[in-house]
Amino acid sequence: MIETDFSTTDLLFMLKGAGMTLTLTFWAMLGGTLLGLILGVLRAVSPWWINAALGAVLDVFRSIPLLIQFILANSIKSIIGLQVSAFEVACVMLALYTSAYCTEIVRAGVLAVPATTRRAGRSLGLTYWQDMRHIVFPIALRVSLPSWTGLTLGVLKDTSLVLWIGIVELLRASQVIVTRIQEPLLVLAICGLIYFLISFPISRLGAYLETRWREYD
Amino acid sequence: MGYTFHWHQALEALPAMLAGALVTVETALLSMVIGVACGIGLALARNSDNRLARGFATTWVETARNTPALFQIYMTYFGLGSLGIFIDSYPALLIGISFNNAGYLAETFRGGLRAVPPTQMRAARSLGMSAPQAFRLVVLPQLLRTVFHPLTNQMVWAILMTSLGVVVGLNTDLTGVTQELNVRTFRTFEFFAMAAVIYYAITKIVTLSARLVAARLFRY
Amino acid sequence: MIDIVDVRKSFGALEVLKGVSMTVKKGEVVSVIGGSGSGKSTLLMCINGLESIQGGRITVDGVDVHARDTDINQLRRRIGIVFQQWNAFPHLTVQENVMLALRKVLGKSRDEAAHIASEQLRHVGLAEKLDVYPVKLSGGQQQRMAIARALAMAPDYMLFDEVTSALDPQLVGEVLDTLRMLSSEGMTMILVTHEIGFARDVSDRVAFFHSGRIHEIGPPEQVIGNPVESETALFLKSVL
Repeated sequence: MIETDFSTTDLLFMLKGAGMTLTLTFWAMLGGTLLGLILGVLRAVSPWWINAALGAVLDVFRSIPLLIQFILANSIKSIIGLQVSAFEVACVMLALYTSAYCTEIVRAGVLAVPATTRRAGRSLGLTYWQDMRHIVFPIALRVSLPSWTGLTLGVLKDTSLVLWIGIVELLRASQVIVTRIQEPLLVLAICGLIYFLISFPISRLGAYLETRWREYD
Repeated sequence: MGYTFHWHQALEALPAMLAGALVTVETALLSMVIGVACGIGLALARNSDNRLARGFATTWVETARNTPALFQIYMTYFGLGSLGIFIDSYPALLIGISFNNAGYLAETFRGGLRAVPPTQMRAARSLGMSAPQAFRLVVLPQLLRTVFHPLTNQMVWAILMTSLGVVVGLNTDLTGVTQELNVRTFRTFEFFAMAAVIYYAITKIVTLSARLVAARLFRY
Repeated sequence: MIDIVDVRKSFGALEVLKGVSMTVKKGEVVSVIGGSGSGKSTLLMCINGLESIQGGRITVDGVDVHARDTDINQLRRRIGIVFQQWNAFPHLTVQENVMLALRKVLGKSRDEAAHIASEQLRHVGLAEKLDVYPVKLSGGQQQRMAIARALAMAPDYMLFDEVTSALDPQLVGEVLDTLRMLSSEGMTMILVTHEIGFARDVSDRVAFFHSGRIHEIGPPEQVIGNPVESETALFLKSVL
């Protein structure tokens, strides 16, 4: 077998890091999707000036490197003396960042529902909110799912940046081990494999749902 | 709040930061050129009949898309060290981002190729054009229109990805320069806020220019 | 002369052409009629080498279309084809569409090509649409552009694959008029068409295609007016 100093303890350490990665992703997607839902619907139904203003604000999150957003968030936290952990900062920032993209996805989904379909529903006597709930939502969901899955995968990978503010997720954990045993290729290969094993099912699920729902067209 | 903002320091550092911004843009552009070239190659390889080419391309694309960009940079900077290949911060960043670009763009080009109906090729060949001629004159221009928007997005991504260089010790791009200043003066917020503004400006310029170019180029 | 001898063609396990033979002389107009899926369009694609054949031979002025050493690009300069879906190049204006092959295949200069293109487009009635992009034209106009594009190459033979089938009824007439004009000018034409009335008016001969073979061929008065074969009669009864 290959001569290596990489032990089971190391693997467990990396898996713990992977756990952190998944935890961060979960909270970011939860917060980001909820916020994105609210803002996305808002953007889709609001008059042009609210739409534009919201759009401009959210655009900022997509035009600045996430790394710098983390650094600024951390710095603001210190300045105003907020007693929250780096983890909480990371979750909030990631959720905000995610919501910027999610808003777009939701908005596109809502706008993709043909006006004619909605008109048909209203003509049958459905109220505005019934139309939203029973017609717009299911159709928008189907349209948005591929992009949303892509966003989840993106956030999963973006969690690697929190190492800069001191959180030990998968990549940082790998780096720690590399520093100790000096076998970067092996450790990173395992790290990559773990990332792959986490992402792959998610993207497969997204693809499966997409094809399954496409059959109904 | 016991913090006083010292903006003048940040403003004094503006020239240095703008120099860093230039490096950022150059790096992003270079990584896009490499990414597009490799991406086209990968797209063709994935459509080819050669199993080896297909396998190689698929491995590249799937790795690029399922692992973080930072991981790819780490792999280049640290990982190759195991094989005795020692790569410096800047080349590692460039290779990492280009690798990533190529992976994503391969899918973009594949989709783009699919979007041009095969009947276009057929019509061009019927007029007596050779296959390369037909591809160059009829398929490629239409392909360009389909991929233009994704290409612009990828360029913006590339610009944002250059910030990761600082994690492997790069100090010449915008984030690297900002970090140097930060470490020396601890004016974290002011410097990074300024860097954020510069990044925003750069991405806005890129997207607006792209829209102008598209309006001129794709008048049909 | 286009000589089609005992041509066989299959798509995988499905045999589409089961031994087709036909000769088309210079100046002749031959219409090919028949039900969908009978192999008519496939035959046209074989004539200019867009489809391969598994048996038989097609020669155009003595050149074997499917021989290995045949320069197919050269050959295609002599055979023009217009498809059901006109396949306009969307990124070029109408005039540029016609000019492209003139410049890149025949090596003509830009001015020469522009002149020929505008002549051809005037001929089919699109003189005022030279700088327009195809997306702004109706189906009938795009189809006439496609005809001009093929004609500009000065081919010896023209193939038409159901060129009116995808058009709205009111646009069919303008395309048929163009085809009528071409036939009166002496162009050698093979037309796959559903327009039986048009076929009768314009053709020297009509071929009825049925399950991969030419079932009956002869002057329009015979094939359409007084068919010999029962399948021909059945088909005509179903479409007329």
